[in-house]
Amino acid sequence: MTKRQFLTTRGVLMKQFLPSLALAFGLLVGAAPAHAESGPALLSSGANVSDQASLQRGAKLFFDYCVGCHSLKYMRYSRMAADIGLSEQDVMQNLNFTGARFDDPVISHMPAALAAQWFGKAPPDLSLEVSAKGADWVYTYLNSFYLDPHSPIGWNNTLLPNAAMPFPLSELQGLQTAVMKPGSQDEVEKLTLAHPGSMTPAQFQQATRDLTNFLDYVSEPAALQRHKYGIWVLLFLVVFTLLAYLLKKEYWKDVH
Amino acid sequence: MSNVFSNIGDWITERSPGLMPMYRKHLTEYYAPKNFNLWYYFGSLAFLVLINQIVTGIFLTMNYNPSAAGAFDSVQYIMRDVQWGWLIRYMHSTGASLFFVVVFLHMFRGIMYGSYKKPRELVWLLGMLIYLALMAEAFMGYVLPWGNMSFWGAKVIISLFGTIPVIGNGLVEWIMGDFLPGDATLNRFFALHVIALPLVLLLLVVLHLAALHEVGSNNPDGVEIKKGPKGNRWSPLAPADGIPFHPYYTVKDIVGVGFFLLIAAFIIFFAPTLGGWFLEHDNSIMANNLITPAEIKPVWYFTPFYAIVRMIPSFMGSAVWGVLAMFGAIAVLFLLPWFDRGKVKSIRYRGTGFKVALAVFVLAFMGLGAVGAGVTAEVIPEWFGNVNLTTWENLFGRVMTALYFGFFAFLWAYTYFGWEKTKPVPDRVTMHD
Repeated sequence: MTKRQFLTTRGVLMKQFLPSLALAFGLLVGAAPAHAESGPALLSSGANVSDQASLQRGAKLFFDYCVGCHSLKYMRYSRMAADIGLSEQDVMQNLNFTGARFDDPVISHMPAALAAQWFGKAPPDLSLEVSAKGADWVYTYLNSFYLDPHSPIGWNNTLLPNAAMPFPLSELQGLQTAVMKPGSQDEVEKLTLAHPGSMTPAQFQQATRDLTNFLDYVSEPAALQRHKYGIWVLLFLVVFTLLAYLLKKEYWKDVH
Repeated sequence: MSNVFSNIGDWITERSPGLMPMYRKHLTEYYAPKNFNLWYYFGSLAFLVLINQIVTGIFLTMNYNPSAAGAFDSVQYIMRDVQWGWLIRYMHSTGASLFFVVVFLHMFRGIMYGSYKKPRELVWLLGMLIYLALMAEAFMGYVLPWGNMSFWGAKVIISLFGTIPVIGNGLVEWIMGDFLPGDATLNRFFALHVIALPLVLLLLVVLHLAALHEVGSNNPDGVEIKKGPKGNRWSPLAPADGIPFHPYYTVKDIVGVGFFLLIAAFIIFFAPTLGGWFLEHDNSIMANNLITPAEIKPVWYFTPFYAIVRMIPSFMGSAVWGVLAMFGAIAVLFLLPWFDRGKVKSIRYRGTGFKVALAVFVLAFMGLGAVGAGVTAEVIPEWFGNVNLTTWENLFGRVMTALYFGFFAFLWAYTYFGWEKTKPVPDRVTMHD
């Protein structure tokens, strides 16, 4: 066999197999499994846990509006303070209203059994909400509440129909109502702002973005460390691989 | 100083006469063909990942609590309160998936260059046993975090045994130690995952390497260097086309390790869930037998086999056929050396039929993976609009299943009846850079 023939064989190999591998990788990365059940298209949260100011605003919103019902049982006040740049005093005076110690996790005072009676379902712990549903889902959910006279609690949600949650952020967003699809009783076409709240729509979107961002951080506090160390690990490995390659070349000089 | 070290070395060697001969036999005087290419990195990488899994696993075990009440919390404890716990866990979870990536590529290399053929059938069989043990190890490890997908995945996979006539239901209860996956299941899976299967895996790896070193490595040309001319710079008796494994392939493998670690570190530090492929979103919810995930499916590396179970219809009132087909899909891989009667090993010199069949086989395996992972369930409505998803998915999945098994049938007929038109194999290995 000539060198030319061999190269052709090898060309076929490369043409056939490497693209299949590339395709497989493309499928893997491109077609990530869906976060949640199919429903309305999700809005983009733009969550970015390295935006510390956003995390602080999100934490403030969480402790003003959410912690009444929802715990973050895996999140300690102290860890949160250190990670998002707050002092112990900030946290104990402005965020911790339950009398918990600084090293305690964030536990709501809502009694779960009673809450289950009041809402039909105990409010879930939100420590891992973003890990479970995705940041875009949480952000879309927070922007999808509307007044629904047919619902037992007066509220409904286009992303999670018949959600058992009244909407505490309504004083910020205002009151949304649903416009039904023509000729339909229960298919929502869009939501409109019937009464404005204390925030403009743009401000409210930013606020829910901050809150989502905070919950994203709470889902995985280690993300901050990952990002911090990751780049140095990669740089080290680039140098390591380069040196290893030079070493290999030196050793293999005499192999023909 | 160096004198001290060599004195210590001599002292040990004098008292353990087997040590130096073993070092020579398996490293400095193990002569591997000099023409290994990119595909030959994955064996050493699989070994690296195995060590990673054992070491990170030991540290995870120190803080993990194998109980239905405590397992999920203890994983979050590792992620948040244990020093560097998040890194150890991500190294372990990413390692599990990458283990299958490198093992799949390693097996593909074996098929491509005919490394399973005489005289290396035993190397292949031991490798297949490693793959089988690895699947059991991965499945049990996946249950331990006790997320909701762990629970339902375990329930569905164990229930497959329930399709076996007569003893099925009893067998399922015996495996779980309960009527649902629970404390008993978690405890025994923990014991098997951290003690029993790692020991089996290590033993099999030793045997795999011992069998390999007895017959010698194959190479991209499929030429037996031991049958070629003798004599190289190191020994007049060694194959002329062989070079000592150490230092030549040890330094070369370190380059592969560098590239591999770059990819692994990128995933560990910047995408540890890999968009839900390596760590699934539903596993962030604690196991709950009242909440069924929207779609129950195994982790990506099991999806091709899971798809085969789903694609085989019930017959004569029993669903056991799908389970048999799934085990059959692995059994035919074991028997590959006997399906393939061709004498030419490497794809470089094999007939076009083999090349096409192998490409189709790879695509069928990936197609089945797409079915099992629910990718087709998403893509079919997207591409073809409002069609009957089940009909289309079943059609696609069954064609892929047929192609998967068809590869082995074709390979047998193709080589048994002498239809393959091979090219002349060179006498010596060829070098290309």
